Amino acid sequence: MAVLGFLEPGGGHAVSRNGSDMRVSSPFVLAELMAWIKALGPYRWASNRLRGWGVTGRTAVTSVPYLWLLLFFFVPFLIVFKISVSDIRLGMPPYEPLITWASSQVMEFKVNLGNYAFLWQDALYRNAYANSIVTAAFSTILCLLIGYPMAYGIARSRPSWRNLLLLLVMLPFWTSFLLRVYAWIGILKNNGLINNLLMSLGVIDEPIVMLQTNFAVYLGIVYSYLPFMVLPLYTAIEKLDLTLLEAAADLGCRPTKAFFKITLPLTKGGIIAGSMLVFIPAVGEFVIPALLGGPGSLMIGRVLWEEFFNNRSWPIASAVAIAMLVLLVFPIWILQRVQGREMGAHR
Amino acid sequence: MANPRQEQRSEPWKEQGATPYVRIDKVTKKFGDFVAVDDVTLNIYKGEIFCLLGGSGCGKTTLLRMMAGFEAPTAGSIWLDGVDITAMPPYERPVNMMFQSYALFPHMTVQKNVAFGLHQDKLPRSEIDARVAEMLKLVRMEQFAKRAPHQLSGGQRQRVALARSLVKRPKLLLLDEPLAALDKKLREHTQFELINIQETLGVTFVVVTHDQEEAMTLATRIGVMNHGEIVQVGTPTDIYEYPSTRFVADFIGSVNMFEGRLIEDEPDYVRVESADLGGVFHVGHGVSAAPNATVWVALRPEKIHISRERPDGEGDNRVAGVVSEIAYLGDQSVYLVKLGSGRQVRVTQPNTVRQSVGGRISWDESVWLSWDSSSPVVVTQ
Repeated sequence: MAVLGFLEPGGGHAVSRNGSDMRVSSPFVLAELMAWIKALGPYRWASNRLRGWGVTGRTAVTSVPYLWLLLFFFVPFLIVFKISVSDIRLGMPPYEPLITWASSQVMEFKVNLGNYAFLWQDALYRNAYANSIVTAAFSTILCLLIGYPMAYGIARSRPSWRNLLLLLVMLPFWTSFLLRVYAWIGILKNNGLINNLLMSLGVIDEPIVMLQTNFAVYLGIVYSYLPFMVLPLYTAIEKLDLTLLEAAADLGCRPTKAFFKITLPLTKGGIIAGSMLVFIPAVGEFVIPALLGGPGSLMIGRVLWEEFFNNRSWPIASAVAIAMLVLLVFPIWILQRVQGREMGAHR
Repeated sequence: MANPRQEQRSEPWKEQGATPYVRIDKVTKKFGDFVAVDDVTLNIYKGEIFCLLGGSGCGKTTLLRMMAGFEAPTAGSIWLDGVDITAMPPYERPVNMMFQSYALFPHMTVQKNVAFGLHQDKLPRSEIDARVAEMLKLVRMEQFAKRAPHQLSGGQRQRVALARSLVKRPKLLLLDEPLAALDKKLREHTQFELINIQETLGVTFVVVTHDQEEAMTLATRIGVMNHGEIVQVGTPTDIYEYPSTRFVADFIGSVNMFEGRLIEDEPDYVRVESADLGGVFHVGHGVSAAPNATVWVALRPEKIHISRERPDGEGDNRVAGVVSEIAYLGDQSVYLVKLGSGRQVRVTQPNTVRQSVGGRISWDESVWLSWDSSSPVVVTQ
């Protein structure tokens, strides 16, 4: 072994007089235990059987989230879909069954597409959908415009500060979402915090009407969903290799231009992820428009609520939900495919 | 290891009154209390490949980054072609850099990466296309123009990075460990390619490297750095054969270093008595040191001859010892010989004839080491 000490870094064949081959062996207890278990007859039989059915350790582990999705997402989805194509009825449950026995041998299978037709015909629903999507899209853009500089600032701050700043971004989550939205009522109402302050300072004579306006809805959504925008953006910006910006500067690119040419395209993944996390829940948002919005800010979440609880029309409410899902799934699916392709290209 | 091209190259640093192309004037860079670059003054001439060589943390990369404009000097100034560029931002400097990580833009094709710098200058489309094509041809990457960086091998990325940094025809090209990420075979090949490209384009290169072999092959001159200071500047031959300090002698190649005392000081030779050696060095060149001063004698392993018989001649420049270790490296063998003083000496001998079992020196054999009086180098610090 001593001969290695003066070998060239290039290596070579060392000839040592006392170069005995010393094999280091340490007791790998766990590995030996596993080997022992694997050698057992029943274990081998069971594992061979399972492998014959296409079940290996890996598939067993990865199937857990799929089972979860199947049980708690897909099955409820089918139930909701079933209700959406049935007829309303008085009683419990408040919808007609899909399959009835007309006589002992004739089974009646009744699918009612009228609920969907009704959604399309009634302007209320169309307007609510359009309003939801416009509100969510505009809120997403606002979140992006506010969140990007925030995330950028955190990602470029000193490492010792970063965790604290991220903690501050996430801090509001420690209070109930409902309470925080309620708190905005106290701030925005006519004799609330802002109006009282401005009036006492003499800036205004009449209170500014802020509560129950579209402004309040936007404020509520941007306030509530901003962390969902900041976190993925932070991850994307923090990951960005700063030498790329140096390389851009070296090649004659000014910092502002380098931001648009290098930083923005390379953080596109974060922008898409953040926008999805804001846009999707914002479309179906119920609490914020219900508490802060006025009669004008009719969003689909509120329509759904009213159909379900006030009109007790489960089929219509289900149809509203399914239609919203279909409306959202396609753009999301396309975006994710685009993003997936880009991610592959950046590896 | 000497580069055969050196003879053909001019040596402007030897000419009286030659104007340096890059002038680094008393540049200091501090990060807090830490002095990364300490009062460095350096002249680099047009058409040179100047290598900054040193271990990690010696300040070589910081010096390079100051030339690129990524760091501002705490004191001193940097001049390029007669213009003070100290305060110029990187995007205005006629200087380009090839990054160690290559820093290729991952969202752009090879073609767009190379064209990026030209687009910043708002050149007409046709000229950009022509220059990019020409550059990709020079680095033999024209058939990969439409590829994305992640679809290229390490060597190909390196060539794209080189093309991107050369396409703007910079006055000065900075290369940060240009070959560090390549494997040994490819590295050797690329070294000569780099020299070819440099000679074709005539651009002045400043290369930062920790690899002395790379520096020896590429450089017209080498600046050895240690603790933020330039320790020695010279041609690869100067640095290897005439190191000025113990640090340089030790850093470049391997060396046997003996502490000793100057006992005879003549203009054309000196004699150094060394307890370390257990004998006297007869050194065939003069030394500027006080008599009886403590000096160090550096002796390269390949300049020592190993034999079983006592060499003829005077008593100086030879010593007896016992072989304690042998390493056979194929092209050469390395012997560790233990002297009477207890000191181990490293000796390398080229294996000019095929190794046969009979004739070769073996462990525990008593041998004589001898060397020419021109071989040892005396350093005083």
